[in-house]
Amino acid sequence: MAAGFRRYATYRGATLAGAFTNTVFGVIKVSILFAAADAAGGVVVGYDKAALSTYTWVSQGLIAVVWLFGWTTVSERVRSGDVAIDLGRPVHPVLAWLAEDLGRAGQACLVRFVGPLVIGGLLFGLRIPTRPETVPLFLVSALLGVVVSFGGRLLASLAAFWLVDVRGVLTLYVLSSNVLCGLLVPLHFLPGWARAVAYATPFPSVLQTPVDIAGERATGTAALGLVAVQAAWAVALLAVCVWVFGRGTRRLVVQGG
Amino acid sequence: MADRRVWTALLRAGLAGQTAYRASFALELLGAACAVGLDFIEVFAIFTRVPQLAGLSYLEVVLVFAIASTGFATADAVVGQTDAVIQHVRKGTFDVVLLRPLSVLGQLAAADVQLRRLGRVVVSVLLLAVVLVRLDLDWTPGRVVMAVVAPLVATVVFAALFVTAGAVSFWLVEATEVTSALTYGSAYLAEWPTGVLTAVLARFFTFVIPAAFCGYLPALTLLGRSDPGGLPGWLPWASPLVAVLAAGLSGLLWRSGIRHYVGAGG
Repeated sequence: MAAGFRRYATYRGATLAGAFTNTVFGVIKVSILFAAADAAGGVVVGYDKAALSTYTWVSQGLIAVVWLFGWTTVSERVRSGDVAIDLGRPVHPVLAWLAEDLGRAGQACLVRFVGPLVIGGLLFGLRIPTRPETVPLFLVSALLGVVVSFGGRLLASLAAFWLVDVRGVLTLYVLSSNVLCGLLVPLHFLPGWARAVAYATPFPSVLQTPVDIAGERATGTAALGLVAVQAAWAVALLAVCVWVFGRGTRRLVVQGG
Repeated sequence: MADRRVWTALLRAGLAGQTAYRASFALELLGAACAVGLDFIEVFAIFTRVPQLAGLSYLEVVLVFAIASTGFATADAVVGQTDAVIQHVRKGTFDVVLLRPLSVLGQLAAADVQLRRLGRVVVSVLLLAVVLVRLDLDWTPGRVVMAVVAPLVATVVFAALFVTAGAVSFWLVEATEVTSALTYGSAYLAEWPTGVLTAVLARFFTFVIPAAFCGYLPALTLLGRSDPGGLPGWLPWASPLVAVLAAGLSGLLWRSGIRHYVGAGG
């Protein structure tokens, strides 16, 4: 985990650049959502402007923490045969990769989460949480969001055991996760049937749930219920990954000697 | 003559490489086509909740979206790889590109034309055609000209932004993600009415980064509307000039970026 943290902390310029890009996108998104609030008379789908701003900046900040971009770390290792090295390690590769990903997420918190949140908050205002349990519950929920996101990304990457070129699978995975996790637009904006589809997948657990907890859209037992759902997805996805990985390694042929 | 053979060879090698794995290529093509639908979900979702946005109705915002999306998709397919020029620099393959007696930009475009991104072009053009019919416009000669010019201008402006991004990355070797704010950020903004922004930001995205010329302003002319922010009605007609200016500036930046490049040695 520490290695993951250090590895990503080395690239300071890249971290700042990423935070800058998230901030630019946040400014555009919050402007669109504010215009929607104006058109609806100040409140849209139960969000006032402070709540819309909180949604935007917490979600923009979490993008890099839970990692909603393309992810080729594992699929490249499978394709190149480097996965054989992971197999020789004393820990299960799925757990080793998870540890590295948690380190990566921890590093992302420092600049990529806090940066956009502070700048966005200063420019557009934020809704300050009123309940004492909100912040700790948010931290737990964000951590589970990272694990669920990791499980989904890893599962898609493991297709590399069966396909020579997984770029297509990974592209579709990123696209669908970006809609279904509530990054593009809050899931509460979607019509009921579309919301039902989204909540049948693990993706809301990646982003919408921690964002809703931070914005106190879900509180009390409802919030605890959402966190329990996240935990269930996290365990289920990791278990499936371990199983699929086992099946995949049986097919694996690494050349060389 | 020999030049043309080299160009054809480069182009063919690039295209053959991309289509070698058929199943994966089909998925990528589908993914690119879906990308439009995805961006569109945001417009759709917001309009299930409000009747208008910054004074424009649903179909009117879809027009802005379709013009910008067509321009961005085309530019992305042709020169979208220039913002990845830094990968060549890191891997050391950029020297090979420089050594050939051909235009650097041309080589990058020819070797890296992204066939899969054509999926996005096709869907965007279809959407533009559908929305132009559905809007039931009064087709004066001026509108016809604008309907043709607008996607072309958007293509040139986005292409200029991609080239600028590539040029800038020669200086920002470590921080190239800044450039996605320029390219993808402008594309995202151009798909929406610039009127959603505060006055200062709207001016910035009109006169500094000409994103408003890639969707919103030409759409206003097609709809026969004036800008609530007070921009003059003739401004959209200046868009070809803006495109030429953007292309010229990005070309200059690109050249000085290449001159700035220092090989890793060896």
